Amino acid sequence: MTLFDALDLALAAIVLGVAAWTIAAREMFSAVVGYVAYGLLLAIVWVRLYAPDVALTEASIGSGVTGVLLVAASTRLRRLPAPDAPPGAALKIAAALLSVLVTGVLATAVLYLPNPAASLAPEADRHLAATGLGNAVTAVLIAYRSFDTMLEKVVLVLAVVGVWSVAPERFWGGQPAPLGPAAPDAALVFLARILAPIGVVIGVQMFWVGADDPGGAFQGGAILAAMWIIVMMARLTEPPPIGSGWLRLALISGPAVFLLVGVAGPYMAGSFFGYPVGFAKPLILFVEAFMVLSIGVTLPLLVAGPPSREAGQ
Amino acid sequence: MSLALTLFSALAIAAGVFFFLAGTVALLRFPDSLSRLHALTKADNLGLGLVVLGLLPRAGSPLAGLKLIVLWALVQLSSATVAQLIGAALRRQDVPE
Repeated sequence: MTLFDALDLALAAIVLGVAAWTIAAREMFSAVVGYVAYGLLLAIVWVRLYAPDVALTEASIGSGVTGVLLVAASTRLRRLPAPDAPPGAALKIAAALLSVLVTGVLATAVLYLPNPAASLAPEADRHLAATGLGNAVTAVLIAYRSFDTMLEKVVLVLAVVGVWSVAPERFWGGQPAPLGPAAPDAALVFLARILAPIGVVIGVQMFWVGADDPGGAFQGGAILAAMWIIVMMARLTEPPPIGSGWLRLALISGPAVFLLVGVAGPYMAGSFFGYPVGFAKPLILFVEAFMVLSIGVTLPLLVAGPPSREAGQ
Repeated sequence: MSLALTLFSALAIAAGVFFFLAGTVALLRFPDSLSRLHALTKADNLGLGLVVLGLLPRAGSPLAGLKLIVLWALVQLSSATVAQLIGAALRRQDVPE
């Protein structure tokens, strides 16, 4: 066993340990902290599996933005009155059975995978030159399986609509609650002022290099989203009213531009979601730029939650 | 890479790892939150600083080296801010733990 094997085994053990601890934690907030740590460890696992793109996504979205989302949700839940009765035995057993079933199906699927696994990697690599890209992951997401990626963006928009739709009727079109206390810590304001400009540059750079190196629209968009969240938490800006036209336009711009380019495919390249030869890369970056915008707007809106006051109040 | 640079790299990284180890032990052993916070920020600051210093000769290009330094500076910024925020929260709650 080499040193790296031993380190990998130790890493796997820690991931499993943190996962078990997260499930066993009695306090909701502890469980959230455990989940964030679990996500960061998982990102290291992806690095060890030579999947830096997935590692970046896991660290930024899986652990970072989802972590903020869960912290916000647990804070909001704590403010609600405690339920009258704790969940009964039947509910607990049903939840346990469902979890065991999902785990069992996943385990079976993984164990029955052919060995060596059937791989489309050589195929993806062979046609990489036709897309003009250097990063096969971006090629898979935006070229080979572009329709799937477009639908994923639609799902994100639907998630925001779902969050908004729990708002009371009178607040429709209004503003979500502020993300922080009225007088935030001076240190947080300082961090937001310094970090936000740097983070925006890093986010855009991560999207731009994604064409040839690890990175891409998802990771870049998630960093932009994090910057907006920090600025809102420091109360340097407020969550926008959900009725605002530019906000809704930004929200749907990613899937909308993607769909338009896809529909133009038959005229440009002879197939639905096809890119013309020699002009694929600029078109892919064009689509991705709007996806960055969409993701950068969607994730903070999910964190901000449903509108809870009328616009301008 | 010359022997001196390799040696410098190894020594700096080893020193950085030592600070991380010491910080982790302190995090587990120190009695109250403020002391633990103090230990944690030292590990971030000196530990990561020394690891980055040790990696600089191995960075390959000046740009890669600059990225490492920026990384360290960003971690400094966030770790100092988080320490302030946790400290302020502790003061507000006035928890003895």
